[in-house]
Amino acid sequence: MSLEVRLQQRLGAFTLDVAFATKGQVTALFGPSGAGKSSVVAAVAGLSRPRQGRIAVSGRVLFDGTSVFVPPEARRIAVVFQEARLFPHMNVEDNLKFGWRRTPNKAAAAPITHVIELLGLELLLRRQPKALSGGEKSRVALGRALLAAPDMLLLDEPLAALDQPRREEILPYLEKLARETKLPMLYVSHQLDEVARLADEIVVLENGRVTAQGPVFDMLTELGAIAGIPPLGAVFDAIVSEHQDDGLTRLNFNGGVLFVPHLRQGVGIKVRVRLRAEDIMLALSEPFGISANNVLACTVTDIRMLGDHADVQLLCGTSKLVSRITEASRVRLKLEKGMSLFGVVKAVTVAREAG
Amino acid sequence: MGEGLSPAEAEALWLSLRISSVAILTALPLAFFTALLLARRRFWGASLVETAVYLPLVLPPVAVGYLLLVVFGGRGLFGAWLFTTFGIRFVFSWTGAALASGLITFPLQVRAIRQALEAADSGLIAAARTLGAGPIDRLLNITLPLALPGIVSGAITAFAASLGEFGAIITFVSNIPGETQTLPLAIYAALQAPGGEVAAARLCALSIVLAIIFVSLGDLAAKRIWR
Repeated sequence: MSLEVRLQQRLGAFTLDVAFATKGQVTALFGPSGAGKSSVVAAVAGLSRPRQGRIAVSGRVLFDGTSVFVPPEARRIAVVFQEARLFPHMNVEDNLKFGWRRTPNKAAAAPITHVIELLGLELLLRRQPKALSGGEKSRVALGRALLAAPDMLLLDEPLAALDQPRREEILPYLEKLARETKLPMLYVSHQLDEVARLADEIVVLENGRVTAQGPVFDMLTELGAIAGIPPLGAVFDAIVSEHQDDGLTRLNFNGGVLFVPHLRQGVGIKVRVRLRAEDIMLALSEPFGISANNVLACTVTDIRMLGDHADVQLLCGTSKLVSRITEASRVRLKLEKGMSLFGVVKAVTVAREAG
Repeated sequence: MGEGLSPAEAEALWLSLRISSVAILTALPLAFFTALLLARRRFWGASLVETAVYLPLVLPPVAVGYLLLVVFGGRGLFGAWLFTTFGIRFVFSWTGAALASGLITFPLQVRAIRQALEAADSGLIAAARTLGAGPIDRLLNITLPLALPGIVSGAITAFAASLGEFGAIITFVSNIPGETQTLPLAIYAALQAPGGEVAAARLCALSIVLAIIFVSLGDLAAKRIWR
């Protein structure tokens, strides 16, 4: 798909002047609160009419200055709102089928049973929205949007209203959705970890303007400064498995074991771990006699060359890691996709309990 | 009320309920569209329409009754034409009492419906739009169901108010037992007769019971809100 957005809009003292085009399946619109993300969402969905600009999805022009304005009900852009916005007077099943009943191409819509299964909604169909938890509401809203057979899915901070455990509950569904449906998505978020897990491309919005744009993997490390969070590298969950006598705590994750300085979390608690790309060194053979506590066996899945340095994407078990090395090191080690090597982890940040 | 209602009391009660039901149900669709117009459209003359709609609420009911007589009376502007063309006559008839009650309580209905429509979550309506629902579709399937508890509650409250209408009815259609003599008019008639205090007190107690029943029903309907 391709999404083309050009907007000029004045909202009080705030001026929105945005232009971007993307071809990724999942494009993240990323930026801090107040950057103008909601205004872009409203314009793309057709819920507001900008003063000037052009919006086209896969070549279909939805808005063009004064000449074209397709109303939202005819845009075939399904929106998943932050607050789910389920219809309170309908049960889950009727909510799910609301858009589907109104789509002219029911045959092209994902089969209802498939969507219900994908989102794990089998047991919720007869329930009223008020009887659902926050996470369940999000899943129903997602299913309702999918079943409307849209040309594009517009997700407006769909996880922002949820606490961290619920967020972790929904993210896997979103990942599955992105992988399985191949539906184009514009994913609006100010959470870098969500963006990192889901998006192919990122459009960065600040103060009503696009300040950066490109493939996620290229941009992840630079994005930190924008939202005031440290560079990302890799983020995954691990479980506290033992508090050792030597003062270290052992964490199990999908890919091995990490040792970190003593944690106060009890055994069995799930924690979120962040490994910065700069903190992972690479070794071709298992190193001995080093001060680092953690050495992980990995496979190289991708290498991005970025001028004088390179980001090496690694798979450790099922966990993805990123190591940033110099271009000189990359050449010296003759790194290639598929190589097995060892990642020497210099520092581990335990971000918070994952729930 | 040890020995139950007398036939005359039962008749007044039945007449009151019938007149109010007809008044409220007939006015409801009109009140709905008026409320929709006032809630949705910022049109030229909207405030004029609003003033006209709320007028019966603030005018003396006797004045409303008089104006009805001027328009719908036997020699009235519209009444004479209605009678000669369709044989419809409002004066001295229970239908006239229903017309008067419906008009007096019209602002109550419009206000309740308008508040319910305006309270319907615009975010949900926007969500329905993005899912392909056009204007009529949204009105019928989202706005109306969301506003329904408010509409029902408004109608019941207007019904309760209509049961007590006196001035407009007695002015417009007079006080005829079995035809236009509703409960308040029966209380008035009882008080005019010598030694009628007991009868008036019984009718008054009946009115209080009715009022309590319908006000509670209105509250109940308002609380039966989705979510």
